[in-house]
Formats: sequence, structure tokens, C-alpha cells
Amino acid sequence: MAGGAPGGASKSEIYKGNGPKLLLPAWLFIGVFLVMPVAIMAIYSFLTKEFRGGVIWEFTLAAYDQFFLDRGLFGDEPPSIEWTYIGIFWRSIWQAGLATVLCLLIGFPTAWFIATRDVKARSVWLFLITVPYWVNLLIRTVSMKFLIRDTGPLNEFLLALGVIDTPLALVNTNFAVQLGLFYSYLPFMVLPIYAAVERYDFSMSEAAADLYASSWATLRLVILPVVKPGIVAGCILVFVPSLGAFLAPDLLGGAKTFMIGSLIEEQFKGAAGNWPFGAAASMILLTIVMGVLLVHARAQTKGER
Amino acid sequence: MADNAAPLTANAVEIDNVVKRYGFVTALHGVSMQIGDGEFFTLLGPSGCGKTTLLRCIAGFEDVSEGAIRLHGQDIAPLPPHKREVNTVFQQYALFPHMTVSQNTSFGLLRLGWSAADAEARAKQVLDLVQLGQFAERRPGQLSGGQQQRVALARALAPRPKVLLLDEPLSALDLKLRQAVRSELKAIQRETGIAFVFVTHDQEEALTMSDRIAVMSAGHVQQIGTPREIYEAPSNRFVADFIGETNLLDVTVSRVADGAAEILLPGGARLSCPAALGARVGQGHLSLRPERLGITISGQGQLQATVEDHVYLGTDTQLHMRLGSGEALVVRLQNGAGAIPERGARLGLEIEAGAARLLSD
Amino acid sequence: MAKPVDLRRFTGFRAITWLCLFVLYAPLVIVAIYSFNDSTSITRWGGFSLKWYVDVFTGPEAPKFRDAAINSFTIAIGAAICATLIATAAAVAMNRAGRFRGKTASLALINLPLMVPEIVTAVASLVFFITIGFKTGLLTIFLAHIVFCIPFAYLPISARMQSVPDMYEQAAMDLYATPWEAFRLVLLPLMVPGILSGFLLAFIISLDDFLITNFVKGAGVETLPTAIFGSVKQGIKPNIMAISTLLLGVSVVFVTLSWIIGRAGQTKR
Ligand SMILES: Nc1ncnc2c1ncn2[C@@H]1O[C@H](COP(=O)(O)OP(=O)(O)OP(=O)(O)O)[C@@H](O)[C@H]1O
Ligand SMILES: [Mg+2]
Repeated sequence: MAGGAPGGASKSEIYKGNGPKLLLPAWLFIGVFLVMPVAIMAIYSFLTKEFRGGVIWEFTLAAYDQFFLDRGLFGDEPPSIEWTYIGIFWRSIWQAGLATVLCLLIGFPTAWFIATRDVKARSVWLFLITVPYWVNLLIRTVSMKFLIRDTGPLNEFLLALGVIDTPLALVNTNFAVQLGLFYSYLPFMVLPIYAAVERYDFSMSEAAADLYASSWATLRLVILPVVKPGIVAGCILVFVPSLGAFLAPDLLGGAKTFMIGSLIEEQFKGAAGNWPFGAAASMILLTIVMGVLLVHARAQTKGER
Repeated sequence: MADNAAPLTANAVEIDNVVKRYGFVTALHGVSMQIGDGEFFTLLGPSGCGKTTLLRCIAGFEDVSEGAIRLHGQDIAPLPPHKREVNTVFQQYALFPHMTVSQNTSFGLLRLGWSAADAEARAKQVLDLVQLGQFAERRPGQLSGGQQQRVALARALAPRPKVLLLDEPLSALDLKLRQAVRSELKAIQRETGIAFVFVTHDQEEALTMSDRIAVMSAGHVQQIGTPREIYEAPSNRFVADFIGETNLLDVTVSRVADGAAEILLPGGARLSCPAALGARVGQGHLSLRPERLGITISGQGQLQATVEDHVYLGTDTQLHMRLGSGEALVVRLQNGAGAIPERGARLGLEIEAGAARLLSD
Repeated sequence: MAKPVDLRRFTGFRAITWLCLFVLYAPLVIVAIYSFNDSTSITRWGGFSLKWYVDVFTGPEAPKFRDAAINSFTIAIGAAICATLIATAAAVAMNRAGRFRGKTASLALINLPLMVPEIVTAVASLVFFITIGFKTGLLTIFLAHIVFCIPFAYLPISARMQSVPDMYEQAAMDLYATPWEAFRLVLLPLMVPGILSGFLLAFIISLDDFLITNFVKGAGVETLPTAIFGSVKQGIKPNIMAISTLLLGVSVVFVTLSWIIGRAGQTKR
């Protein structure tokens, strides 16, 4: 039944006609301070670089050329594909994807476990999971670095136990970056899955069990498809920020673990910077992210039909 | 068109050919009715027939697509809800949870510009009227369902509206309470003299409380009349079937004149009975009220039927019977008046006075 | 008789949840403990002491951190207030103003700051302010923060508004309240929990931000995260651990607050 469903939160039209007026501040702020900047950045990616940072207003494809093509040291060789930056992007995607999978493997059981507690216990568990989400990401990353440093508490502890003889060199490795990403964005995975599981109607599990499904079969065939939107939302919430992450790779990683975020940041710091190139790399990152979100939105509207 | 310059009419509300469309859905197809001053008027109909929609059009929460609504002769189409002297008792009460009972009750008065002291005095008076004086400082969440219902009533009555709209106000109460509140509500209506437009899909509620009833289905008004007219003289199949229980028989009509008809019953017997306005000669439908059919021994009476089943209902027993011509028929017998016929027994049926009515469609 | 199977339980899920909490909390707890370390060497435990906390407030770096903290809190409060106002107006438009042109696009726009990667927003903001000749400093940080706080404030506010049935406002208007009175006297009081959560979330998000701030802050202006980052680049010192622990405390207070508000909002209705 549409419309006047009594008591339900129906779509109301009390402030009818005022919609655009009320949205004006949001449009203004986001339009002026986000959409326009992104548009200007897009233009920057086609400008010529100025050597001490900044740009010269001459249009060129140099930034994209530098990103994708290798023309040799002096730029006079026939172009071949430049693998350096594509490699960094590829490694970033791989790292972010791995972080997403790890978060899902740990996050799903956690979300499930919390959502199936009784109401009181549930809110305590949820509280415990949300606290880190509210803690400054920089502080969390620094804390992780402190913990896993060569002379940090983890190594001290393992040495004292005699598990290892020499400290593990964890910092500046892919592993550390991976751990940092996982640790940074884990709450983003748990919360949407929790919301989906909480809404799940457990009589469906009973129906499946009644029809001879084992509990793993029930999980695979009934529960996962039903809570899938929560899982997909969680994966996107982990993957997208991981891809452009700066703090974890910068603080926990080293030169070998360079990710997109650091590549872009470097272009805007100091004399070695190249603003058009940084803008171009940003545009490419933005395109990838928007692509992921678009595919997600498509799948979602298809699922609704 | 009514003359807008002459607002003094006896009608509190005039609904003139109102059509309401939601996109492709038409919720009201040209509804007209007049509601008198001080009248208890009920909109009765099955779920989805447009009762709430009509009420929301009167209150001003929906614009009508066509037609006009007049309040004491004045067209209210241009007025937003807060400028209409109409108040609503909502189905879920919609009591403001963050205000006390007294604040809820004086809310409308303060919006109308009453002084705080006057508003408080009036709120107290209305709360006393609904016997909730001692609960004035409670929050709605601390009241029972029945008490909340009465606060909703008090809140809507406080500004002395010209018309009070009630959307299934009793549906959230349990059966016992509902029956008690019915007479209370009716008494308050008489005392205040305000016209009530009362929505329900419970026919018993409608029959016991109303001065007049409008039976609606699928966005059309089927019949408007007093409870007795609606029950005893239904005009068409929908009303006959919806109000109470009835048997509908296909019959051949040989003559219709002066509100009476000559009919050929299945099985060949002739019957003369009252006819609804618009009934025609030819094929027609006859309504037979099950409680006004008497059983006789086989061969006597206007109809012959076989007992197929009986259902015990406490005060009554329902006999499911089949006519010789194959049509099913239900008869209600009061328990204790005699033996209940066995399954398979062949019986005659006597059509008592007032049992039969030829319908218009 | 067979033991009844509980369909909600899967073996191992409890252990994984504990592991999850352990991973999330271990670094924070360790840092909090070491912030009370008396030793100057950050790894050796030299007994309990508050000296690093004293150092934070009186040591050589104290003025730098104090200014950064003032900047951070001022910006966070201001940006959160602005974002909450903007988000509340937007939520009314999205939930209570019926259908109008551009509604779907508006929802996408409100959520846009969540979708654009932070590093991209940072770069874009920098080139934007430079192109229009706006001097980077506190004001640019403030403006940039409002933008990315809007969706965070909008989320709980809009969710709350959806859960408040519109019959209350209809009842108010039926009782002669103008639309503005219906908003002020009925919807707004019922929205308080949502608005407070929105504000708190926006506040924390602003306080938390490093990357965008770092790009638009201009020379010489620091917020706590940028100051901490700069300091950590030279190595993790004990006073940083003390500051971290203090900020951790602020965050815990805020979650607790929003948790209590959320519960109050639930029991009231
Ligand atoms: N906002 C709306 N948009 C589209 N269709 C609507 C809307 N509101 C009501 N309708 C349709 O109009 C018709 C009448 O609805 P209405 O709510 O008036 O029924 P009702 O008689 O009050 O029913 P009930 O007894 O169930 O309350 C229904 O078919 C309903 O689906
Ligand atoms: Mg209704």
C-alpha cells in the first residue's frame, strides 16, 4: 500500500515547494568547494608544469604522457608503455583489494556475532567496535607503528618469550602497510554488515534448516545472498579509502611500498613537485573510484528490479 | 455552484464531485455528500476504498484533483491545513511525545493566539470532559491506549472546530474498550454539537454510532443513508453484501412499480418484494437476509433446498444449503428454538417479511 | 534427543570477534600505557610517571601544541555547527518536501565528499584556492572541513528524520501551526538525538582530518594532526604518546556521549 500507511514514516510533503531552497546551502558549499575544485584540478592536469611547483597556463598532454608512456631519458626515443606509475596503481589496487578481503574475513564473523547477541550485550559490543572508528586515524596509525617497530613492544615481547632471536623487521614492509590498512578500515566493514544482519529474519534460517540445509549450507545459500548489500557496502567503504590511503603507507611503509596517495602527495611537496602530473594521477584515481561506485550503483538498481 | 456570498447553510461540509488522483491511481472518482451541522456522519468501506484520502482532502493534507469542498458554504481549496477550522483525530493519535497531555491539548489554542492562561483553562475543561483531568502533567508515553485516544480527542476538540475528522480512532483499542468508548464518543459528540466525520471499516461501529452513513467502495459512494436505511434497504449488491450478511440470488423480474417488484424465484415460485431505486425488469439480483429465512418441511415455502453443512456460532447456527437450481444459500437459525436439521435433509424455506429486496444492479 | 541447533551460532565467530577487538585496541592500549613511562627511552619501562603529560603542557613544544589544539577545536566546532545546519536543512528537503526536480542528484551531491578519495579532495582544494587567489590558512581549512563534514552530519540526521513519522507535523498543522511552527515546535524537538549525533560525528571527523588539512593549511598554521604528523616524522617521542592518549580520551568521551544520546532517543519514543 502506498502513501498514507498510518503510523509509518510516509513520504511527506509538508514543506512542499521548499526543497530546492533548503538544499541551496548544501549545493553551494559542495558545488563551490568540491565540484569546482575537482573541475579545476581536471584542467590543471592538462597544464604545463612550473619548476618550483605550480603551473604555467599552457595546455598540454604532458602529464598523461608522462604517466602512461616512456620516451627514454631525453624524451627522444619511440614511446613504449611506462610501467612505473601503472605499477604503483596496480600495487595500490592489489593492496586495497587484499585489505578488503582481510577486513571481510574478520569483519563478517564479528558483525554476525554482535548482531546475534541479545539487545543489551549487542549495544555494548557495538560500542566497543565504534570507539576505534571515532579515534583519530593518525593516532591509530602512529600507535601501530610504535607497536611493531624493530625495538617496539611486540618485538620485545616476542624476544622475551624466546619465540625469535632477532627482532622482526616489520616496519617499511608490505606487510606493515597491509596491517595498517586492515586496522584503519576494519570498523567500516563491520558496521554496514552488522546493520544488514540485524535486519535479517532468522525464521528464514529455520525454513532452510527445515528443508534439510546444514548450517554452512544455510549460510552460503540463504544468509549470504540476503545480507549481500551490507557486505558490498562494507567492501566499498574499505576499498575506496584504502586505495587512496596516505597515512598507512607513508608511516608504516617505505620506498618499496609506495602507494597512489604518496605518489600524489609528493607532487605537491617541495621542489621536486609536478602539479599537473599530481593532478593527472588524481584524475586517474578518481576515475577508478567513480567506476567502482558506478558499477555498484548499477548492480544495486538492477537488484531492486 | 453554491453562492459563496451566502455562507449560512445548514451543511457543515459539502463535498462536490471530488476526484483525487495519485499519478495513475484514482483514489476518489467524483464523490459527493453533504454533512449537516452537528451530525455524526460515518464513512464506511473496505480497506483501500478512499476513506482516509477523503478525510485528508477535507483536512487539507491533499489537494483535490477536481471538484470542491465547502465548509459552511466557503470553498476551502485555497486554504492550507493550518487555516482550516477542521481538526483531526489521527488513527495512531499522533500525540506529541515531547509534550505533556496539557501541552498537547493547548497546542492548537496557542497557535490560534489564545493567551497562555485561557488556553490552559480551556485545556483543563476539555480534559475534564474526556475524564483525563488528573493526567494533565503526564507524557503521552505514560498513558494507556484508551487514555491516549481520549487525549487525541480532547486535543482536537479544544479549539472548537466546525468539523471534527476521526480516522478509525478506535482501531488501536481492544474489543472491550472499543465498545465502551463508542457510547462515550457519541455522548461527547451530542454534548459539543460539533459535526463528526468518522471513518471506519467496522460496520457494527458505523451502525451503532452514526446519524448517517456513506458506504464507499473503490473510490465511489455506493449509498448514503441512516443506519436503518443502509441495512434494511440496501440499494445495490455491494451495500447488501458489505453490511451484514446476505444471500444474492439471480432472479427474473417481471414488473417494477412504486418501489415494489414482481419476481420469479429459482424453482418457479413468485414473490413480490420491495425494490431499490433503479431496479429494472429482466434479470436482477435479489438480496435475502439469512436471519429472516424460516425453515419449513419439504414442499412448503417459496424455495426448496438441501442442507449441506452447519456451523455452530454460539447464539446462532448457520445452515449452508443448496437450492434445486444449484445455487448456494445460507440460513441462520437461533439456537434453542428447535432441533437443527441433519445434513442432507430436504427443507422448504419461508421468506419472511423484510427478508427480500430487489437490488438496482 | 538431539541437541537443538542454534541457527545464529557459528563456531569460531566469537573467537574472531575477540581477535578483531584485540587488533583494534592493542596498539591504542600499548601507547596509552607507555605514555605513563618514566624512562626517556621509549621502549624500556621505567616506572609510572606523569612527566610526559606535564611536558605536553609546559615543555618546549607546549606552545606549538597548544596553538594547534586551539586551531583544531575551533575549526571542529565551527565546521560541525555549519555542517549540522546545512545537513538539517538538506534532510528536511530530502525527507519532507515531496518530489522536486534534482532530488536524486542532490542526494548524490550530499554524499559526494564521501565518494571522492581524500587525497583527491585535498589536491583539488589546494589548486582551487590557489587558482582563485585565496590565501591558504585557517579559513581555507574551515571551508574545506565544512564540505566533508556535511555527509557525516547528514547521515544520522536524515536517518532520524525518516524514523519520525510525519503524522506529528500533520497533527501540528491540523492544530493551526504554520509549517515553520510545525518544524520548530514539533519536528525539531523530536530530531534532537539525530542532530546531536550528526554534530558529534561531524566534530570528530573534522578533528580527525589530516590529509586535506595538510594541503590547505598554508605555511605556519598547524592543527593537532598536522603538528603530530610533523613531530612523528622525526621519530615517535613520549610526549606524542601523551597527546595521543589525551585525544583518545576525547574520542572515548564523544562516543560515550553519542551512545547515551542514541539510547535516550530510543527510549523516549
Ligand atoms: N500517496 C498515495 N500515492 C498513491 N496512491 C495512494 C496514496 N494514498 C492512497 N493511495 C491509494 O488510494 C486508495 C485509497 O487509499 P485510502 O488510504 O484512502 O484508503 P482507506 O479507505 O483509508 O483504506 P484503509 O481502511 O486501509 O485505511 C488506495 O488504493 C491507495 O493505494
Ligand atoms: Mg485509512
